Amino acid sequence: MAHMTTVPTLDPGQDRTMILNMGPQHPSTHGVLRLILEIDGETVVRIMPDIGYLHTGIEKTCEAKFYQQVVPLTDRIDYLCPMTNNLCYVLAVEKLLGLEIPPKAQWLRVMLNELTRINSHLVWLGTHAMDIGALTVFLYCFREREDILRLFEAVSGQRMMTSYFRIGGVALEPPLDFFDRVRKFADSFPSKVDEYENLLTANPIWMMRTKGVARITAEDAIALGASGPTLRGSGVDIDLRRDMPYSGYENFKFKVPTSTEGDVFARYLCRVQELRESISIVKQTLDGMPLGAIKADAPKVVLPDREKMKTQMEALIYHFKIITEGFAVPAGEVYQAVESPRGEMGYYVVSDGTAKPYRVHMRSACLANLQLLPKMCEGRLIADVVAAIGSIDIVLGEIDR
Amino acid sequence: MPLTPPITDLEQLKEHPAIAHLQANLPGSVEGAKFDREEMSIYVVRSQIREACALLRDDAQCPFNYISDVTCVDWYPNEPRFEVIYHLLSIAKKERVRLKVRLEGDNPSLESVTSVWPGADFFEREVFDLFGIRFAAHPYLRRIQMPEDWEGHPLRKDYPVEGYR
Repeated sequence: MAHMTTVPTLDPGQDRTMILNMGPQHPSTHGVLRLILEIDGETVVRIMPDIGYLHTGIEKTCEAKFYQQVVPLTDRIDYLCPMTNNLCYVLAVEKLLGLEIPPKAQWLRVMLNELTRINSHLVWLGTHAMDIGALTVFLYCFREREDILRLFEAVSGQRMMTSYFRIGGVALEPPLDFFDRVRKFADSFPSKVDEYENLLTANPIWMMRTKGVARITAEDAIALGASGPTLRGSGVDIDLRRDMPYSGYENFKFKVPTSTEGDVFARYLCRVQELRESISIVKQTLDGMPLGAIKADAPKVVLPDREKMKTQMEALIYHFKIITEGFAVPAGEVYQAVESPRGEMGYYVVSDGTAKPYRVHMRSACLANLQLLPKMCEGRLIADVVAAIGSIDIVLGEIDR
Repeated sequence: MPLTPPITDLEQLKEHPAIAHLQANLPGSVEGAKFDREEMSIYVVRSQIREACALLRDDAQCPFNYISDVTCVDWYPNEPRFEVIYHLLSIAKKERVRLKVRLEGDNPSLESVTSVWPGADFFEREVFDLFGIRFAAHPYLRRIQMPEDWEGHPLRKDYPVEGYR
């Protein structure tokens, strides 16, 4: 609905209320979210989210690409967790193909996925705290985020749009000192989380702004399709990594933090504890990293090594064929969901037996979580709307696609 | 995990909790089923999708109480042209099931499930916006991604990927 000529989606109910437009260019709407608020003084009577300002038709574009060409598009859906989207898409296609992935590739994927989760939560924590008025936290969070982005750069050559996961494995062997660098980061990170918690968790201003604010019950959260920390903050104990494991998550031990309060503070606590759990998973992957190949043995699907391509006729032919005509995927359909930092990220991929996907649909966790906003904020102050938006951790790129 | 051929015989699949529950309480609502790549799809009769969803949500044995997703696939130029797809999740049993409704290409419509799960609201609006499928009794069926005055439905297969229409 991204245009301004047909505004009247809300009419003031009575004389004492007025319509206030918030966004799409507003620093605390995390991108281009537009909210139409009906307010009575400072109190919000009704909220209407208006989205679509970032709609780029990625699902349509996917239908015109080969399977392997879709991977870079999935990065661009959610710029804060590119690896999670890569992972979800490649898992879906691998399931369609019936492809077995070597353990080292799976463990690398888990490690990078958890680093992505930390990266995403750090941006969330920094911006959420900044929205509420705690400016310092932002600087601390971005300091550690920079370390993670450097790790991504080392492993994939890109800081943000990594496209490191490929159908059948990962793109490259990580550089020699990569695991040492990850370990150095993993060892120092828990004390950094303590620093953030020192600034916020027991801070009286922070507690006043977040405790009891934007409360949502477990029943409402389930009915409205919430997922991830937004759902766990209301006391629903579900985490797809533990309950429906994918990519070898069954090999790792971790706790799933939940909280029963269902307010902004509860969601904050869930995510901060997830930071600690994620870094513990990263350490487990480092301790047990298997040896072996990083790509599946499927020459018709996985690109050959550069060296082989230049010395072996067979490899050159496969390389040429994959690049020019892609690879056919057996007809069928698959819904693959992963636990993204924001909740249940799902890819529904339909194949008609050709080299291009017939349909790729992304189930966006943020789109569903955004539906909670009216329930959370109606009857509360405008300032609480800002806290509530931060607490559901939305990324508009993923909502609009 | 090498691929095995899908099972499409309803008789073989009737043990599945969702199919058994639907056949017992809403006879005639299941048109067919498919078990492929560890995933169960159930074809539901168009007029009974809302009742089927409500039944599955309130099933005592295996409540599919969470709606993950609503989407659509356009099989143009085949008929029935559209398949509207619901992905349900049972939070208690950690099970998924996929419901499918087939729709003719001419003026496609079916009943909204927003009265069962309010969370289906945005998903159904998106399907309406991008595929042009009308959901009866939806509280606010308007375009969500495209501009209000947009013509056409971009995810239909007869809509070009690039260039002018």
